Amino acid sequence: MTQLPPPSAKKLGLVIDLDTCVGCHACVVSCKGWNTENYGAPLSDQEAYGANPSGTFLNRVHSFEVQPDQGEAQLIHFPKSCLHCEDAPCVTVCPTGASYKRAEDGIVLVNESDCIGCGLCAWACPYGARELDAKEGVMKKCTLCVDRIYNENLPEEDRQPACVRTCPAGARHFGDLGDADSDVSKLVAERGGFDLMPEQGTKPVNKYLPPRPKDEMPEFDILAPYLEPIASDGKGFVGWLDKALSSLPGGAK
Amino acid sequence: MHPASSVIIFNTFSGLGFGLLFWLGMGALVPTGMSAFIWFAIAYLLAVGGLIASTFHLGHPERAIKAFSQWKTSWLSREGICAVFALLAMALYGAGLVFAETRLGLIGFIGGIASLGVVFTTSMIYAQMKTVPRWRHWTTPAMYMLLSVGGGALLSGQVRIAAVLLIAGGILQIFAWASGDTRFKTSGTNMETATGLGHIGKVRAFEPPHTGTNYLMREFIHQVGRKHADQLRIITIGLAFVLPVVLLLLPFSHMLAALAVLCHIAGVLTLRWLFFAQAEHVVGLYYGKR
Repeated sequence: MTQLPPPSAKKLGLVIDLDTCVGCHACVVSCKGWNTENYGAPLSDQEAYGANPSGTFLNRVHSFEVQPDQGEAQLIHFPKSCLHCEDAPCVTVCPTGASYKRAEDGIVLVNESDCIGCGLCAWACPYGARELDAKEGVMKKCTLCVDRIYNENLPEEDRQPACVRTCPAGARHFGDLGDADSDVSKLVAERGGFDLMPEQGTKPVNKYLPPRPKDEMPEFDILAPYLEPIASDGKGFVGWLDKALSSLPGGAK
Repeated sequence: MHPASSVIIFNTFSGLGFGLLFWLGMGALVPTGMSAFIWFAIAYLLAVGGLIASTFHLGHPERAIKAFSQWKTSWLSREGICAVFALLAMALYGAGLVFAETRLGLIGFIGGIASLGVVFTTSMIYAQMKTVPRWRHWTTPAMYMLLSVGGGALLSGQVRIAAVLLIAGGILQIFAWASGDTRFKTSGTNMETATGLGHIGKVRAFEPPHTGTNYLMREFIHQVGRKHADQLRIITIGLAFVLPVVLLLLPFSHMLAALAVLCHIAGVLTLRWLFFAQAEHVVGLYYGKR
């Protein structure tokens, strides 16, 4: 049923560190790789090598420029996938019961054999976490690599989502956000983790860590006087040269 | 939002069909025999034709039967159930009129109300979307219902009721547009809340995730044609409301009545196109677009 289960004690999710993410898109590639070869319909591409390439992805990295009132603009890489919301609006709109939230760990999944591909769940999601696969006609979304995290055939270090396992910067963390003593919960508390679009009332489980404030560069003026540009009202030789060149026909005044 | 032709056709023609079924069920006109057969055939062609068109945008229409199961939470599921119930009740009522020249008043009343219920449940699919601030307003269901009963009255030749409902519809539509134009801005969702980076400064989309397009951009970010929105709104008001009322107020002839219906249909198709094309989904913020 697409009724949401009562809030689970265990809330598996991701913590994404916007301070650390370097925007390499390795998580995008490993996600596409794992989820094409494993659970459910493969993530298809259309015209992959053509003029207008397009495809299904469960994780995409945006880049934003943030301009403070004073100082330099910052570039922030912003990975975005399903946030496994507690009040998941994508689940309740589903007419067939294909979309559901697991009572045991809070993961939001799609039962692809029940999905009619109406697209309503993608309409209801404010984050763009669901994409209708153009070839299979079913809705695809992040499974939190449910086929890895409980998979006892994998070595223990691999029992985490593919995006987390592959991130070379350590910007992605996986764990139980329902447990206040878990590493991810401590990280969120310590760094002031926040929700995306809190006003939408979806109560996302995934959290984002804000970029740390930039260091202030101390001013060195030992060399500065020697590096000052030549004054426009130059004196001496430079002043004479300026005047002489200006007096030539067509010279800059 | 992407204005899918299958959904526009469904909204327009099913709305008219269920509007006509509403008036038939309420006994606003009580045809019998062959004449009843023709009236019900028109209503069913419109209502069912639209419903069939709506399945064309599904990825797996062969599984549509599963969509009747989640009525507890899903407006789409409720719409499906309501449609089947209304069509069955009105078939029974119609059969009484066609074959037995008997009016099963109570069944007609129930079927008529259920027909309106179909239009209401359809409208709530849109009105429930927090992600599309323009739709999330009482004017969405009100406009769907008014258009359906107004169009139904026009089709069934009830001149005075149709004129009143169409004038009311035109006024409500203008109000819905005017109030909808500012709703995205006042919804509280913007680039800063979408990224959570507003505490640092002004956020601007710098680089999209991919060089190409994707499902989200095709489905939710529709900018082509929005620039003509003002002209299309005037065309909509003229075709859907003003012209049909003028034609109705002229001395009655079947030609003029048919013209009024055609004008109205063309106007409602334009109105529905605008309903989707002008609606902005909050996910566009991540792409720096609306």
